[in-house]
Amino acid sequence: MLEVRDLSVSFGAVRALRGVSFTAEPGAVTAVLGANGAGKTTLLRTISGLVKPKDGAILFDGTELIGHSVEGVARMGVSHVPEGRGVIEELTVEENLRLATLWCLPRRQRAASIDQVLELFPRLQAFRHRQASMLSGGERQMLVLGRALVSRPRLLLLDEPSLGLAPLITAQLMGLLREQTEGTDMTVVLVEQNARSALSVSHHAVILNLGQVVVSDDAATVAADDALRHHYLGF
Amino acid sequence: MSLFWDYTLNGVASGMIYAALALALVLSYRATKIINFAQGAAGMLTTFIAFSLLTRGWSYWPAFVAVLLIGFAIGAATEFILIRPLQGKSELNPVIVTVGLLVVFEGLAGAIYGNASRGFPPAFSQSGLRFGNTTIDFSHFDLFILCAVLAMMLALLVLFRFTALGLRMRASAFSREIARLLGVRVGLLLTLGWGLAGIAGSLAGLLVAPTSAFGPYYMNLILVYGFTAAVIGGLESPVGALVGGLITGLCISYVGGYLGSGVEPAGALVLLIAALMVRPEGIFSRPPARRV
Repeated sequence: MLEVRDLSVSFGAVRALRGVSFTAEPGAVTAVLGANGAGKTTLLRTISGLVKPKDGAILFDGTELIGHSVEGVARMGVSHVPEGRGVIEELTVEENLRLATLWCLPRRQRAASIDQVLELFPRLQAFRHRQASMLSGGERQMLVLGRALVSRPRLLLLDEPSLGLAPLITAQLMGLLREQTEGTDMTVVLVEQNARSALSVSHHAVILNLGQVVVSDDAATVAADDALRHHYLGF
Repeated sequence: MSLFWDYTLNGVASGMIYAALALALVLSYRATKIINFAQGAAGMLTTFIAFSLLTRGWSYWPAFVAVLLIGFAIGAATEFILIRPLQGKSELNPVIVTVGLLVVFEGLAGAIYGNASRGFPPAFSQSGLRFGNTTIDFSHFDLFILCAVLAMMLALLVLFRFTALGLRMRASAFSREIARLLGVRVGLLLTLGWGLAGIAGSLAGLLVAPTSAFGPYYMNLILVYGFTAAVIGGLESPVGALVGGLITGLCISYVGGYLGSGVEPAGALVLLIAALMVRPEGIFSRPPARRV
């Protein structure tokens, strides 16, 4: 379980996060929603160690993440898929996937794990030895999601996975995400601009506004609250 | 026509040395996006260490291996102690540091060994190879240069393409943040990259020394040629360093042969400018992607 307590982050005079607190349960998708500049990306970058917080605590299964290096947090089983389809373009599809297995899987299990992920994304199977720079936007997003799953993370942080994708591909990815989460001990935090899509696959929703949590409730409750959706999510 | 072949063979041998130094520049640039202007001087310093070991009775090959290891240590220490603390600050700072280090290394060598040029023993004979009654302008030592640089290239190719360590190093060089998010200890690998560059630089120093006036400044011109080779090949491509080295070596050999050795540095400069004008990203680097 992920527990974020009174988390504050500042960039100079700008306060990006102000006392953010929420919990994300294992086996469930927690959506973090809000307008541009609400602090969603900063929240994920702080959890993975890329941004140093000013105050607060981030506990994952009771272990404090703050103070660990980015690679140290990753080696605790935290997989962060950053905004903008973070594939390593110069590597092939298979190399991108293999890289994620190096620290966490024994050598003999790596190939099987990569094959399992490629079965989830048949389009990537055909491009297995192709350089990632040659992939389309949707294929890149499949690759980063596959790369996150291949390391069998305990905490998956996804930043805007639907950005720039066709609705059909977004729906496929979101469906797959829910399928891969339910019945497992993986905790998923999903940051999305596409609130409608995110709420459709999430179990819990947190809405950020100007760096503060304004709503933290069941995703179904948030989706059903017309006033709330109009006010904070714009649909 | 025979002169042409002589110049060609000469160009291949010297081109391999430029390739070794270009490779050193490429390895450090790939890791940290910094041109290490002290790379040639570090090679000079380690070659002086080899000279000291040889004069103390070491045989050539143990001294050769020891100096490559010392080159690794100097490269790694440079990154860890001097370059890493400057990360995230002005891009000019590390460049100034490497230029300063060049001056320090040359000053140190001058203070310890004096500024006079001297001879450095070659690993093999420098007389031309004989085929029947014909002697060609390509010696056993030139053959050693060719084999040593190709062996290093091959070793790096195997490291980068076929090992987990190489995959981590490539990921760290191409996308530092993503690599860290995937659990790669990037800092360690950048230090390793500079260490490998130190080996390549030391190898270049050892290979040049027997063919030139060995002294504290003998690597300066080689650095210019190595830099030209690295730019021609593409600053991030080890294969490009090899090809760029050969192109530079051949061009300089032809210029020196047909126009006189005094024109060689100008020839390299013209080559560098032409390369920057025609294909600034180099032969083996991809031009930056343009989003449309």
